[in-house]
Amino acid sequence: MSEQRNTGPEADDETGWGSTTRRRALQAAGVGGALALAGCTMGNQGDGGDGGGDGGDGGGGGGSNSVGDGTLTVATTTSTYDTGLLGELNPMFQSTFGIQVEPLVQGTGAAIRTARDGDADIILVHARGAEDQFLKDGFGVNRRDVMFNDFVIVGPQDDPAGINGMSSATEAFATIAETESTFLSRGDDSGTNKKELTIWDQSSASPTGSWYQETGKGMGDTLNQANQVGGYTLADRGTFLSLKSDIDLVIHVQGPLKDGPAILRNPYGVIPVNPAVHDNVNYQAAMAYVGFLTSPAGQEAIGNYTANGSQLFFPNALAEEPQFDQYVPQDYGGNTEELRRRRYQHWVDNIVPNDY
Amino acid sequence: MAGAGLLSEFGTRYLVSVVLVTLQVSLVAVGISTLISLAISLTMGFVDFRGKRVVETVINTGMGFPSVVVGLAVLLLLSNQGPVGGGFAVGPLRFGGVELLFTKEAMVVSQCILAVPVITSVSLSAIEDVDESLRDAAFAAGGTRRDVQLAVLREARYGLITAILAGFGRAVSEVGSVLIVGGNIAIRNQSGELVSLTRTLTTAITIEARRGQYEVGIALGVVLLALALGVNAVGNVVRARGEHS
Repeated sequence: MSEQRNTGPEADDETGWGSTTRRRALQAAGVGGALALAGCTMGNQGDGGDGGGDGGDGGGGGGSNSVGDGTLTVATTTSTYDTGLLGELNPMFQSTFGIQVEPLVQGTGAAIRTARDGDADIILVHARGAEDQFLKDGFGVNRRDVMFNDFVIVGPQDDPAGINGMSSATEAFATIAETESTFLSRGDDSGTNKKELTIWDQSSASPTGSWYQETGKGMGDTLNQANQVGGYTLADRGTFLSLKSDIDLVIHVQGPLKDGPAILRNPYGVIPVNPAVHDNVNYQAAMAYVGFLTSPAGQEAIGNYTANGSQLFFPNALAEEPQFDQYVPQDYGGNTEELRRRRYQHWVDNIVPNDY
Repeated sequence: MAGAGLLSEFGTRYLVSVVLVTLQVSLVAVGISTLISLAISLTMGFVDFRGKRVVETVINTGMGFPSVVVGLAVLLLLSNQGPVGGGFAVGPLRFGGVELLFTKEAMVVSQCILAVPVITSVSLSAIEDVDESLRDAAFAAGGTRRDVQLAVLREARYGLITAILAGFGRAVSEVGSVLIVGGNIAIRNQSGELVSLTRTLTTAITIEARRGQYEVGIALGVVLLALALGVNAVGNVVRARGEHS
């Protein structure tokens, strides 16, 4: 299934290599080179890592019943890594399960793309709309809520746009646009960038003009740059708090954690890659990671993590009452009797052999 | 002072592992590139064929090829969706995928693509600069073609060392492609120490810039400079020895 997808016509479109024969030649050359390289071992510095895989090979899946095999590639956002949270959580996971975590720190958009391609085992991201699309397209299974904080609008202390204390994020953005105060956008399709664009969409102003600058960088980079040029930006509270002691920017519009507008909410979700779509992923380890993050111990560690004396993330996986909406896309309406009947018929038609 | 601060920032193990990954990847890449480049430049230096100028132009263009484009191309090649990562078929033959993305091997592939044109171009001009009379003399002395080639290589050896050093410079200072295909991964080992898996000095500096730890980033840059200086010093010693002998 996945192998056919790889050699399908869309591969041509993506790589832009024109003729099929040329592509074949390149493929052959590439594989030859890659195999030669795979042969030359480069001596990892201990730790039992093989530098190569995720516990399974292209052919056959995990191959062992133990979750203590191989490595787990976690595609995640800069906010979970740059705050130091993953540096705290991953060693706990590793010592419990014996699985080496390899964090791949990208924006949410890039992390989801990596997982779509089957190049990561699991994603930990913060953009519910993109997460839902990832689920709907079949690339992810078993989504769980993990934690949340909120976004804040930060800017220079002297507040040239005069947005301090506003209770509406869209109004604050509109004021920044009207006064043409410098605003730095991540511009990298990250969760923060997606949220920022949503706010612009809902505000009366449009982000056009030389005052609106895309950095194309991570949250920390962008905060540092805003600090240098005296500009405003949208930041997740976690990264802002972890950098607070190094920069002069202050919060002008609070998020919902401190009575700010609800649009600035920032929930994080974890989604393993669907092993039926990508049979090379380390699904067992991915589920172990979900289990760890949403366990009482993992949730407690998230809640206890602080930087500059402040709690950065609030765990929300544990709840006595059911929270069904975390498992499915938020607009999922597949619970009618008719849909359930059709789904069951689909399983019977596709899974049960004809001669059963 | 900066060094002491650097060590207290991450621990010696992290710094050493980052330096080792940097050296491993760049040296292996330069080694492989040198073999490929020598084969190309020897062929081009001794054989005349149609379109030779075109090939030279392509190689010289490759010297300035943007590393991020190389990184992206290698990513597509090695991704689970690409021919190497996901396997491919030639007629009835099916080849399984090899998982190389986000490994040091992937970084070597992209650095090779970047270094080969540099080494080829510089070594080719070194070979072409060797006096014609030397070739004639070697032929006249009854040498086979291989003997002549070896004689020319011997004469051009200083230029070849320069070529290899230039290739190393291109590989070790490069950040765009190794960031994309390596993933800039550092892991925590059993004892909780941060250890580089695919993080080089250059990509480690990008993280420090993101964190606003500019001083630490500069300190890492100094380490990188020292490393490049050391390798070039070794190259110069080798070159000087050759001149004296």
